[in-house]
Amino acid sequence: MAVTEIKSDAVALEKAIEPSPGALLRRRVFSHMGLMIGGGILLVILAMALLAPLISPHDPYDQILDRKLIPPVWFDSPKVTWAHPLGTDQLGRDYLSRLFWGARISLLIGFAAMLISGVIGTTLGVLAGYFGGRVDMVVNFIITTRLSMPVVLVALAVVSLIGSSLTVVIWVLGLLIWDRFAVVMRSATQQVRGLDFVAAAEALGCSTWRILASEIMPNVTNHLIVVATIEMAHAILLEAALSFLGLGVQPPEPSWGLMIAEAKGLMFFEAWLITIPGTALFLLVLAINLLGDGVRDVTAPENRN
Amino acid sequence: MLQYVLKRLGIAILVAVTVSMITFSMIYLSGDPAIALAGETATQEDIQNIRRVYGYDQPIVVQYANWLWNALQGDFGQSHYLKKPVADVIFERLPTTMLLGACALIFALVLSIPLGVVAAVRPNSLIDRIALTIAVVGQAMPSFWFALTMMLWLGIYWRLLPISGTASWANFVMPSIALGYYITPAVMRLTRAGMLEVLSSDYIRTARAKGLRPMTVLFKHALRNAIIPVVSLAAVQFGFMLGGSIVIETIFAVNGLGFLAWESIQRADLPMMQAIVLVLSFFYIILTFLADMLNAWLDPRIRVM
Repeated sequence: MAVTEIKSDAVALEKAIEPSPGALLRRRVFSHMGLMIGGGILLVILAMALLAPLISPHDPYDQILDRKLIPPVWFDSPKVTWAHPLGTDQLGRDYLSRLFWGARISLLIGFAAMLISGVIGTTLGVLAGYFGGRVDMVVNFIITTRLSMPVVLVALAVVSLIGSSLTVVIWVLGLLIWDRFAVVMRSATQQVRGLDFVAAAEALGCSTWRILASEIMPNVTNHLIVVATIEMAHAILLEAALSFLGLGVQPPEPSWGLMIAEAKGLMFFEAWLITIPGTALFLLVLAINLLGDGVRDVTAPENRN
Repeated sequence: MLQYVLKRLGIAILVAVTVSMITFSMIYLSGDPAIALAGETATQEDIQNIRRVYGYDQPIVVQYANWLWNALQGDFGQSHYLKKPVADVIFERLPTTMLLGACALIFALVLSIPLGVVAAVRPNSLIDRIALTIAVVGQAMPSFWFALTMMLWLGIYWRLLPISGTASWANFVMPSIALGYYITPAVMRLTRAGMLEVLSSDYIRTARAKGLRPMTVLFKHALRNAIIPVVSLAAVQFGFMLGGSIVIETIFAVNGLGFLAWESIQRADLPMMQAIVLVLSFFYIILTFLADMLNAWLDPRIRVM
């Protein structure tokens, strides 16, 4: 009697010391350097985007023609002024304000296109993975067809034919980049589908939709988040490339890709004009990728390689 | 094997037909192609004439059939802008893009395979971390910004390389790097993962136990097996690169298919755009088919699936 009491006390003590799964996850999150750096940068850019109207020193569309091409403050030039910390562009627009407002466009297009492609790709992938057979064959065929069409070229051609606007860019990208969602969700669903709890739910007579919604989906969510970050980064890069080629976001909107395109003619004399928006773009995509890698490491450490 | 080949061939043809339908329907994206072609000052009679000349008055199925039949015989119609047969112009430009793609692929493989091998031999070492960092940074770099930055440093500040045109081999160095670096992360990760898996297998232990030199084990025994998935990835990525070369060719004024595509989009030259999309898609379909065949030949397990 006394021995069992001591034993159960020991078990209770061990239980009390052992951190809860939630605490373990938190510990993993906060000790993952990539995740913290990525999340940190992303938070800063998100704040820039959300607070753009409040923190921008100037109107991003305001052209002050006698204040053209002021270099950023760290340059050694008589024109430098703290009124324009990152200088002004070839039309005298404040570069810092345009950078803040540009963050909105990148994040909006990246997020919206990711949502559209996520819905399409996840639906196709989960259906193919769950039902298999003919459904799988058809979905595979659709994926192969989509993959064989060159994304940048088709996006450029379509945008040029229907006319460019923010909505058009979002929809064209969203309808083009769902392939990775479909491929990853398909194989993730295939893995989960063979597990015992799915068989149990089937034996209990749960409806197919219920099994998909409450047995399959929660168990593929971590893969979904990782792909979502990859595709959001992909969409942001594609938007920048389209805008750079003149077929994405149209002037005078402050898209980072468009800022680089507008400065291209001057880049040999004023290199900072392309360095600043380029670095912003690079940091944003890097942050999203680090975040995605981090989520993968933290939720499924076995998939790291 | 024959059954597998025939099945894959059937799918490839079906994909090609679907792609051709999508490409064909592109002309109806902008509404009525005859009105778009006629321009703003056209009379009703002009539009009717254009309809008749280009066959837009026929049922859409007939139009598609005619277009495909001609395309299969190498006749993609006349360029609206250049007033030359589309096929001639494409075949004039294709070799440049192929050369660029091949150089880019070689650059990517030469950089990423050794890095992947070294990273796998010493996992979690400094070299592994550096290689992974290169991969993460490379994935986040917008290709057009990387190209412009390279142009600025190698071309303008250090005057090492010419910045545009296709006059000599030196002209291809920067475009190849700009195009190729984008696929290095994927190839490197796959090489690393493959090597890690192979190096932990029994036959490698046996080879080491026999006292073979480490280099022999690494390159003759391990890499040969780890490289199989890399070969098919490289084929697929080569197809992607041809599609992505539109951005790089435009920046460096490389007179290839990508540049032609961009010019055609600017000039609203529909037959040319369609033909380029179709050629690049078919190229990708053929490449993936060949990659599958190569894989099936190297790995007999695939054939029975």
